Amino acid sequence: MSKDLRIINNKFIDQTTRISFKFDDKTLYGFKGDTLASALLANNIHLVGRSFKYHRPRGIMACGSEEPNAIVQVGNDDSMTEPNTRATEIELYEGLEVSSQNCWPSVNFDIGAINNFFSPLIPAAFYYKTFMWPANFWKIYEYFIRKSAGLGKSPTKPDKDIYDHRYLHCDVLIVGGGISGIIAAKTAAKNNLNTVLIEDKNILGGTTIFQENECFKINNSYSNEWLKKEIETLKSLKNLTIKTRTSLAAYHSYNYLLARENLTDHLDINEKKDKIRQRLWKIRAKKVILATGSMERPLIFNNNDRPGIMLSSSIKKYIDFYGVKCGQKISLFTNNDSIYETAISLNNSGVSVNSIVDIRDKTNSLIVKQAEKLGIKVHWKSSIVNTNGYKKINSIEIMQLSDDGNDVVGKKIKEECDCLGISGGWTPRVHLFTQSGGKLKFRDEDNVFLPNKSELDQISIGSCNGDFELDEIIKNAADSINKFLKVNNNDYENLEIITSKEINKKNIWLLPSDKPLGKTKSFLDFQNDSTANDVKLALREGFKSIEHVKRYTTTGMATDQGKLSNMHALGIIAETAGVKMGELGTTTFRPPYTPLTFGTIVGRNVGEFFDITRKTPVHDWHVENKAEFENVGQWKRAWYYPIENENMHEAVQRESKAARDSAGILDASTLGKIDIQGSDASEFLNRVYTNAWSKLEIGKCRYGLMLNEDGMVYDDGVTTRLSENHYLMTTTTGGAANVLSKLEDYLQTEWPELDVYLTSVTDHYGTVSICGPNSKKILSKVIPDLDLSDKEFPHMSFKNVLVDNIKCRVMRISFTGEHSYEINIQSSYAKSVWEKCFEAGKEFNITPYGTETMHLLRAEKGFIIAGQDTDGTMTPLDLQMDWIISKKKYDFIGKRSLYRSDTVREDRKQLVGLLTDDPKEILEEGAQIVAETNKQPIEMLGHVTSSYFSPNLNKSIALAVVKNGKKLKGQKLFVPMKNKTINVTITDTVFLDKENKRLNA
Amino acid sequence: MFLINCPYCGERDQSEFSAGGEAHIVRPKQPTELSDDQWAEFLFMRKNIKGVQLERWNHAHGCRKWFNMVRDTSNDKIHAVYKMGEKPPLK
Repeated sequence: MSKDLRIINNKFIDQTTRISFKFDDKTLYGFKGDTLASALLANNIHLVGRSFKYHRPRGIMACGSEEPNAIVQVGNDDSMTEPNTRATEIELYEGLEVSSQNCWPSVNFDIGAINNFFSPLIPAAFYYKTFMWPANFWKIYEYFIRKSAGLGKSPTKPDKDIYDHRYLHCDVLIVGGGISGIIAAKTAAKNNLNTVLIEDKNILGGTTIFQENECFKINNSYSNEWLKKEIETLKSLKNLTIKTRTSLAAYHSYNYLLARENLTDHLDINEKKDKIRQRLWKIRAKKVILATGSMERPLIFNNNDRPGIMLSSSIKKYIDFYGVKCGQKISLFTNNDSIYETAISLNNSGVSVNSIVDIRDKTNSLIVKQAEKLGIKVHWKSSIVNTNGYKKINSIEIMQLSDDGNDVVGKKIKEECDCLGISGGWTPRVHLFTQSGGKLKFRDEDNVFLPNKSELDQISIGSCNGDFELDEIIKNAADSINKFLKVNNNDYENLEIITSKEINKKNIWLLPSDKPLGKTKSFLDFQNDSTANDVKLALREGFKSIEHVKRYTTTGMATDQGKLSNMHALGIIAETAGVKMGELGTTTFRPPYTPLTFGTIVGRNVGEFFDITRKTPVHDWHVENKAEFENVGQWKRAWYYPIENENMHEAVQRESKAARDSAGILDASTLGKIDIQGSDASEFLNRVYTNAWSKLEIGKCRYGLMLNEDGMVYDDGVTTRLSENHYLMTTTTGGAANVLSKLEDYLQTEWPELDVYLTSVTDHYGTVSICGPNSKKILSKVIPDLDLSDKEFPHMSFKNVLVDNIKCRVMRISFTGEHSYEINIQSSYAKSVWEKCFEAGKEFNITPYGTETMHLLRAEKGFIIAGQDTDGTMTPLDLQMDWIISKKKYDFIGKRSLYRSDTVREDRKQLVGLLTDDPKEILEEGAQIVAETNKQPIEMLGHVTSSYFSPNLNKSIALAVVKNGKKLKGQKLFVPMKNKTINVTITDTVFLDKENKRLNA
Repeated sequence: MFLINCPYCGERDQSEFSAGGEAHIVRPKQPTELSDDQWAEFLFMRKNIKGVQLERWNHAHGCRKWFNMVRDTSNDKIHAVYKMGEKPPLK
C-alpha cells in the first residue's frame, strides 16, 4: 500500500484491519471497507484493463455501477470464477483474487494494442463491413474476433454457490438510500406504512453522507451530520425494513420489481462457505418511490480515456469516503459547479489541485468563491484540447474557447498532472422509471431527461427527478412524498438550509480541439471504444434513428449499457442532425439495470429442483429391479428392464415376446385419470368425445377420441361408467393436465348449464396392468372370489372388488391386444398389489415390461399414440378411424370441422402401415417417404411415426402418415436414408391378430 | 408482471393465470347449419385490438375458474374483471 496515497479517515474505512488480496497474481493490501477500486488506487494502480477494440490502456474512472473500464475477472477456480465484474462494486475481502480482462499477454503489455495504430482503418461498423464476405467465412472470422475481444472467461464447472428467491410485499418501496430516499423512508414508516428501503451500497446516505463543506449546511450542521442523525432516527421505526447491498434489477408493470441482495460477496473467503450468496427479491409494492440519484457525465474531448482520467465526483468519494488520493497533482475540467466541491475536498486533504479548467465564463456562486478563496486557480472559458501519457496521464493541454464555443483560440498551455477529474454535468438515473413504462420529458436548461408520465403508482424524487441542489431536494422530496402518500409530515418544513446555487450553466457535447476532428480520439463509450467520430460517420452514412446509430456504432451497448455517455451520443446526434434532443428521444433502457448472475436468476431451481419429478407408487420396485427410466412429461416411467448385459433392443424383444406368450405386467399409474360426476355426466361425454356415450351401461368401458374444435385429434383414452352419474376417464400420460383444463373450459364457459364436476385423480390411484394369455389365471390367484368368465366379466367392463380388504376397481381393457386387466387401487397400496400380482405370476414367467415394449405391442395392433402418430394435423378420418365418429350425434367438439373443405380433401396425409421389403430393416422414426428417388426436387409424401422390430411377427413394422395413404395400400414406396434407400410397401395398420381373437384367449 | 384480481380469490400474481384469448365468442349452437366461412369466422378469426379489449383468463394455478377481463393492450392496464356469463362493465 502506498502510504502517500492514504489519508487518515476512520469514518467509513476500518484502517486498523488490513486485508490482503491478489490482482494479476500480485499480492496487495487494502483496508476493511475498501472496494477493489479504492484499494487499487491506494496502491497507485490506475491501469486495470484494455479497451474493447483498440486495446488502449484504461483505468478506473468511476466509483459505482456506471464504471465502464475497470471490469475484472474474479477468482480463478473453474467453478467460481466470474467475469465482467466492476472493480468499483467489489468490496474488498481477505482472499480476493482478481485479474484484468481483455488483454494478452498482460495488462501492461498487450499485443492487441497494435489496433490503436491502425485505428484510422477501424471505423464504426468495421467488423460488419469487412467480414461480410464470403458469407460462409464468418465462422472463421468470428473465432478470431471473439478471441481478440475481451469478454472474460466463463466458469466451466457448475456453480457451487447457493442462491435464493424470496417474495416481498409492502405498502411503499423506496429505491435508493441517499438523502431523498431517507426522507421518504422516514415519512412513510412514521405514518404506519409497511416500508422497505433498498440501497445498493453497504451503507445509507448516498453522496451527502460524506459531504462536509461550509457551503452545504442544514440547521447549522454540515449536511452529512444532519443526515447521519436522520439515519439514526430510522432505526427506531418499526414499519421499516432496510436492505443494503441490494440493487434493483428490474421494474415491471403493476409495481412488480426484482432486486438482487448480495449476502456473502463481501465476506472473507473462509466465511462464505455454505451460506446463500445472493438472493433475488420478487417485490410487489403498492407504491414505489424512486430515489435513484444521478450520475456524473464525462466530457468528450481528444484523448479523454487515459488511465488517471476520472469522474470528479468519484475522485471526491475516493478522498472523502475511502481516504484515498487518486493522484498527487490533480487537474480538474468542468462545465458546472460540482467539481469545485471536489477541489475543496482535495485541498482540505492536502492534495494539491493544479487548476480547474472551466468552459464557462467566470461565475460567482458560493462554492466557486470558496474554492478561489483557498487559492485554487481557474482557467475560465477554456477547454482541454489534448492529454498525454500512454499508461497514465502525465499532462494536459489547455486552450481558450472562442466566444461561440465551436473553436479554441490563443496560446496552448501545457500543465503536468498525474490525475484529471472531469465533470460534464449530471444525468438523472431514469432507467428504472422507463423500464416500468414511464415516459420522459427533456429539460433544455441543463440537458436532462426527466420522469414525466407513468401509469403506475410511483414517483421519482431527488436528483433522479432533476432536483440537484440541497434545498430543492429536501423541499421538493418532502412535498411530493406527502402528496403521494397522502400524509402530512412537517419534519422538513422549517429547515434552515445553506446551499451553493449554480448560476451559470453551459454545455458543449463535443469539445473542440486544435486538431481536425478526424485526427482526434474523443471517446463516448469507453468500454466499446466508440468515438464521437464514429457517431458522426454513422450519420453521414445515412443512419437517422438513435436505435440504429446505437447498433451501428455499438455506442451504449457494453456491459455498462451506456450509463455514462449515452447523453453525449444523443447530444452529438441531435446537433449534427439539427434536431432537438427532446424530439430525438433516448434509446430503450432494458432490465437488468446492472448485470445479474445466472445463479441469482435461477435461484434454487437447478439440478434436481429444475423441474418436478413425478414417481409412480410402484417406482421403488422398478428401481430395485434395475429398470431403465424414461422421462414422460414430469413422470419417471420404467422404460425397460434389462437382465444382465442386455441392451434396450434385446430387453424389449424378450419382454414383448413374454407378454404375448404368457404374461406381462406394466405400471400404468401415470395415465391421466379424471373423475367425472353429475347428473349431466353422460351428456357431457357425448359432447366431448366423437362417439356416443349415453347408452353405455353401468360397469362398462369405452374407448373415446377427443378432438379440438378444429377437428384434429387431441387425446384418447378409455372411460368407464362406474355408476349412473359417475365416470372415470383416462387420458394419455402427457395430456392429462391439458385435457382437464380443456374440459373445465367448456364446462365453465360454453355449457355452464350442465351439472358436471371434474376432479383430477391421477395421483390418487396406482394402476397395475397384467396382460397375456395367462393373465386370467394370475388374476384369479390374486382375487379368487371374482368370476372371471367372459360372460360375467367380458372385455370392456369393470368390477369393484376387494384385494386384502382394500377396494379396487378392475377393468378388463387392453392396449396390447392381449387378454388383459387393469387394477386401479389407492396409491398407497399399489406397490403391494403389484408385488402380489408378480408373485402370483411367477409360475407363468410373468415379465415386467416398460414403455418401450408397451409401444411395440400396441404398434403390432395398430393402436395410435396421440402425440406420436398424430401431430395436431390429423383428423380421425386421417387415422382411418371413421368407426369412432358417431353419425347420430348432432354435435360434439370438432364435428363441424370434419367436413370443412380442407378436412374432406382426399389427398390429406393419412395413417398407414409400412412393411420393409427386407424384414430385418428397421425404419427410423421421422424418416421421409417418397414415391420416386431420382426426381428433383423430390416430393415428400409423408414420414414414419412409429417403427419397431416385432419379435412376435419376426419382422420390422412401422406406422406412417402418407399423402393419400388410404388409396395407396399395396403400393411400393421408398424411404431414402443417408447411405441407402429402403424399399417399403404400404399396408393395413393392424399387423397382428386382425380378428381380435387374443382379447378373449 | 400483472397483478390480477381474480373474481373468486382476489389479487394474485400473473404467474398463477393463463390467458385464453378474446372473450364473448360464443360457440354456435347449431354448427352443422353454418357454412365453411361462418364456421371459420368462429374458429379462427380474432380481433387482436390495440386498446381496450375483452379477454378470457383462467386462474389455472388457483381456483381454476375462468373469468373475463377488460384490459388495455396498449398499456396493460386492467380496467375490470367479471365472471363468466356476466355482461362486460360499461367503459
